[in-house]
Amino acid sequence: MMKFLKKAYVYLIFIFLYAPIGILIIYSFNDSRSRGAWGGFTLRWYSELFKDRQIMNALYYTLAIAVIASIVATIVGIAAAIGIFSMKKFKRELMLNINHLPILNPDIVTGIALMLLFASVKLPLGFLSMLLAHITFCIPYVILSIMPKLKQMNKHLYEAALDLGATPFYAFKRVIMPEIMPGVITGFLLALTLSLDDFVISFFTTGNGVTNLSITVESMARRGISPKLNALSTLMFLAVLLLLIVVNIRTSKDADERREKNEKIRQSGVFVSGSRDNI
Amino acid sequence: MKKQWIAYPYAVWMTIFIIVPLFLILFFSITESTEAGISFTTKHFKKFVDPIYIDVLVRSVLLALYATIICLLLGYPFALILASKTFKRKSVLLMLTVVPMWMNFLLRTYSWMTLLEKNGPLNSILSALSLPTINILYTETAVVLGMVYNFLPFMILPIYSVVSRLDKSLIEAAQDLGCNDVKVFKRVTLPLSLPGVISGITMVFMPAVTTFVISRLLGGAQFMLIGNLIERQFLSSGDWGFGSALSIILMLLILLSMGVMSKYDREYGEGGLL
Repeated sequence: MMKFLKKAYVYLIFIFLYAPIGILIIYSFNDSRSRGAWGGFTLRWYSELFKDRQIMNALYYTLAIAVIASIVATIVGIAAAIGIFSMKKFKRELMLNINHLPILNPDIVTGIALMLLFASVKLPLGFLSMLLAHITFCIPYVILSIMPKLKQMNKHLYEAALDLGATPFYAFKRVIMPEIMPGVITGFLLALTLSLDDFVISFFTTGNGVTNLSITVESMARRGISPKLNALSTLMFLAVLLLLIVVNIRTSKDADERREKNEKIRQSGVFVSGSRDNI
Repeated sequence: MKKQWIAYPYAVWMTIFIIVPLFLILFFSITESTEAGISFTTKHFKKFVDPIYIDVLVRSVLLALYATIICLLLGYPFALILASKTFKRKSVLLMLTVVPMWMNFLLRTYSWMTLLEKNGPLNSILSALSLPTINILYTETAVVLGMVYNFLPFMILPIYSVVSRLDKSLIEAAQDLGCNDVKVFKRVTLPLSLPGVISGITMVFMPAVTTFVISRLLGGAQFMLIGNLIERQFLSSGDWGFGSALSIILMLLILLSMGVMSKYDREYGEGGLL
C-alpha cells in the first residue's frame, strides 16, 4: 500500500513536470488557432516556423554567439585557470573571488552592469556587446570546471617533462592538457548550454535588431499565444531529449569500455606477477 | 609552475567586464548629473523608501518564499522516494527529472500561459468534468506556480544527492536500537539531509526573488516584482540612478540571504557530522 502511494506520488510529480510540455506538443499539430477546439492534424505550424524570418535570424544569432562565446571562454578559461592555479595563496583567492562574482550576482544585476559599461564607452548595443557579455559570464564556469582537475594533477609531471627536455608549450600540450581535458570539456559544454539558454543578460546587452531565441520567444509570448512557438518547443524538446539519450548511451559505453580495460590490465597484472613467480 | 602571467589577460578582462561595471552601478546609484555637473546624492535610495516600492520588495520576497516552501514540500518526499528502493531504474527517473530543466526557460514558462488560458486545455478538462473552471493567469498564484515549475528540479537534485549518499548502516543501526520508521526519519534521515535541503532552498529562492521573466509572462504587463521594477527603470522610464540603487538593494538582499543560509549550513553541517 505504502509502495503504491509512493509510486503514485512520483508519477503525479512527473505529470506536473511534463503536462505543459505535452500540451504544447499536442497543440503544435492542431490545425486551429483557438485552443479550445481540435481542428485536425497539421504540420502547417512547422513550415510557418521555418519561414519565419525573425525566428530563423534569432536562431542564427543564438548559435553564432553560443559557439564563439564558448570557444573563446574555453581558451581564456584554460589559460586563466592554469595561471591562477600557480599563483600564491592571496592572489589566487582574490582572483577566484572576483571570478565568482558573475555566478553569485543575480543575472539581472550582471546584465545591467554590463549595459552601463557599454553605454559609458559608447559601444552600440548589438552583436558585439552581446558576445562580450556572453564571454564574460561563461569564463567563470569554465575556470570552475578546470580548477579541480588541476588540483588532482601531479604537479611534478610538468616539471619532469621540462627536465626531460620538453619545451613549455610541448609540456603543456602533452602533459597538462590530457590531465585537465575532462574539466575542459565540461566547462565548454556548460558555457555552450548557458549561452544558448540565456535570456536576462542578453536582454539588457543587445539592441539594433539583434536578438537571440529566448528574447524572440519572450516578445512573441507577450503578444499572445502562437502555434509557431508550440512547434518550436516541440522541436527543442526533441533535440534536448535526443542529446541527453546520446550522451547517456555514450557515458555508459565509456564506463563499459573502462571496465573492460581495467579487466585487461588486471589480467596482464596477473600475468606479470605470475611470471615473476616463475623467476 | 611559474606561469602566472598567462592569467593576466583574464585579470584585465575581469577588471573591465566584472569590476568596472559593478562600480558603475554604485556610481550611478549615488550621483546625479545636473547642469552644474555630476554631484553626490542620496535621493535614489531615499526614493526607495516609499510604500509603493517597499511593497514591491516585500511582494518579491514573499512570493519567492511561497515558491521555495512549495518546492520543498513537493521535492523533499520526491527525492526521498527516488533515493529509496521503490524504483529499480533510478538513473532513468533522475534523468526524467532533469530533462525539462534543459528546455529553454522561456518556452517552459510560455507553456503555462497556454495551459492556464481562459479557454485553455486545463479549463476544457475541468468543464468537461463539470467542475468549476479556474482563472489564475495574470495573478500572483500563476507567478508562484511558474516559479515552482521552473525551479522544482533545483530543490530535488541537491536533496537527492545527499540522501542517496547517506550511510544506510546508520538507518539500520537506528532500527536495531528500536526506532520505528517515524523516529528513524526524525532522528537520522532528516538531520543528515539538511545540507541538501539548505542548498536546495538557496538554489530556489535566489532565482525566484530576482526573476522578472516569470512575472512578466505569467503575471501580466502590470505585475511588479523587484526585477520588473529594475528593468522598467532602465528600459522605459530611463531613471538609471534609481535603477542602480534598486540593483544594489537586490544585491544586498542576495548577500544577506546567502549569509543566513551559509550560517545554517555550518551549524547543521557540523551537527550532522557529530
